[in-house]
Amino acid sequence: MDDLYRAEILEHYRHPHNFGTLEHPDVVQEGSNPLCGDRLTLMLDVDEQGVVDEVAFTGRGCAISQASASMLTDRIRGLPLAEVAKIGRQDVLDELGIEISPARLKCALLSVDTLRRALEDRVAWQAETEEEPA
Amino acid sequence: MVAYLPSDGPDPVADCDVAVPRTGSGTALEAGPDVPDAAEIARIDPLDPLVIRRDFPIFERDFGGRTVAYLDSAATSLKPRVVVDAVNDYNTRHTANVHRGIYALGEEATALYEGARERVARFIGARDRHEIVFVRNATEAINLVAATWGRRNIGAGDTIVLTELEHHSNLVPWQMLIQEKDADLEFVPIDDEGRLVQESYDALLRTHPKLVAFTHVSNGIGTINPVREMVDRAHRAGALVLVDGAQAVPHMPVSVAELDCDFYAFSGHKALGPTGSGALWARRELLEAMPPYMGGGEMIREVHLRSTTYNDVPWKFEAGTPDIAAAIGLGAAVEYLVGLGMDRVRGHERLLTAYALDALAHGVPGVTLHGPRAGDDRAGVVSFNLPGVHPHDVATLLDREAVAIRAGHHCTQPLHERLGEAATARASFGVYSTTDDIDRLVAGLRKVQALFS
Repeated sequence: MDDLYRAEILEHYRHPHNFGTLEHPDVVQEGSNPLCGDRLTLMLDVDEQGVVDEVAFTGRGCAISQASASMLTDRIRGLPLAEVAKIGRQDVLDELGIEISPARLKCALLSVDTLRRALEDRVAWQAETEEEPA
Repeated sequence: MVAYLPSDGPDPVADCDVAVPRTGSGTALEAGPDVPDAAEIARIDPLDPLVIRRDFPIFERDFGGRTVAYLDSAATSLKPRVVVDAVNDYNTRHTANVHRGIYALGEEATALYEGARERVARFIGARDRHEIVFVRNATEAINLVAATWGRRNIGAGDTIVLTELEHHSNLVPWQMLIQEKDADLEFVPIDDEGRLVQESYDALLRTHPKLVAFTHVSNGIGTINPVREMVDRAHRAGALVLVDGAQAVPHMPVSVAELDCDFYAFSGHKALGPTGSGALWARRELLEAMPPYMGGGEMIREVHLRSTTYNDVPWKFEAGTPDIAAAIGLGAAVEYLVGLGMDRVRGHERLLTAYALDALAHGVPGVTLHGPRAGDDRAGVVSFNLPGVHPHDVATLLDREAVAIRAGHHCTQPLHERLGEAATARASFGVYSTTDDIDRLVAGLRKVQALFS
């Protein structure tokens, strides 16, 4: 069973990066997984140049959703929104690097879907983010 | 809620990095000397699940050198060969629509379909087969009552009493109804062991609700509610009673006559029947007074361009061609259960439940078990949480061991809010479940804990 969850995933789950809240976030977005009731709150500071200055998340979820949020928030800190907009669902799955069954796809994608909603007023997301990954 | 915790050693919840709130009072239980071991259960079990398994083709399938440890019977049951055969037999030898064909096949199909109704009526202790309406599942049965009886009888300011235990199917239809009618919902709370607080129920009855609707057995935490006593008190208060029997009918003797309720809903697919099968039982006089649910063929007596008179019950509620094969399959399923004996089924599952609660409490350090302890009012539904491991991860990892459990809120989100858990892991049993299934669950959980430690 232990080949399924590689050590890096478990490490992100045990010690999630960017876990917490921001004092005066520019953007707050909640996301939830209706299948399991898991919730995620994403907070972002975006500076005048349109760069993600600071990012944090809180919530409860499984190892896959927490690790994916931890990795995604690492990835977008310091990134211009134009670059953030290029992050697709498949990129998130690739970074997780484990086999995700269809039933668990919503867990893996909760963070990127929440991020997309958080920024939908500010950036034009690339079409590929709308697609269900194959 | 009873939290079964090890009596000594470090607190596994306090030690883990990811905060997992512990629910309930945290009562520590000693090993129950009255809980029999696997060998003793095999000796005293009124059923022999190893013999029963021969009737279920799915156990012939290979899952990596072993059979599946199917512990999700509360979601849907496995199907015995007699049910598969009954469905096939209709589709291969007796295919025709019901109540229409003036030919041999049509008469055979009608006889099989109405014969299934008769079997279902007897199975749940109904006096009259005309009180059985075939539906797709318990959800449809409850929606039918809400949309017909409810729309006609619930008005502005009326109250419907539900409970914190309810499945979404016994919650959302009533929310929809009261929004339309400007009526009210009230909820009987549960105590920390997952039993309904009867004093609160009595207090709510004093407000003279029109309807009380509650589950016979909780699909979330396995509580068996004292239906007959609750029905009697509701009737004295002038309320009708709907009972959601989806988790009761497959697992214990049920007689609607003895329960004395007014509506009883259940799913066939949880009771060894095919998906798409289920039944609503209601008192005949209620059914006769209720307006139809859907309009169409079959439910009519006479149709003119601008007016229609309706068929007799139960056909008044069965518009369109029904799922004939599923209904016939359900008839075969309940006949199979009658053959096993529902007292024996309950005896078997009661032993397994006691075994499972004990095995989890003593074999899985730090586990939190939800619901009443083993006993008369505890059914074979065991929900639990492991400290520091999300139920989704538990289920995914157990799947690698061919152990099938449910993870999530099991369509009982308000109950999970009450438990303080976004999700739980749930093992649930059926006639084919064995102590070996439970041993595999416990062994799998220990592997999960090792991985996450």
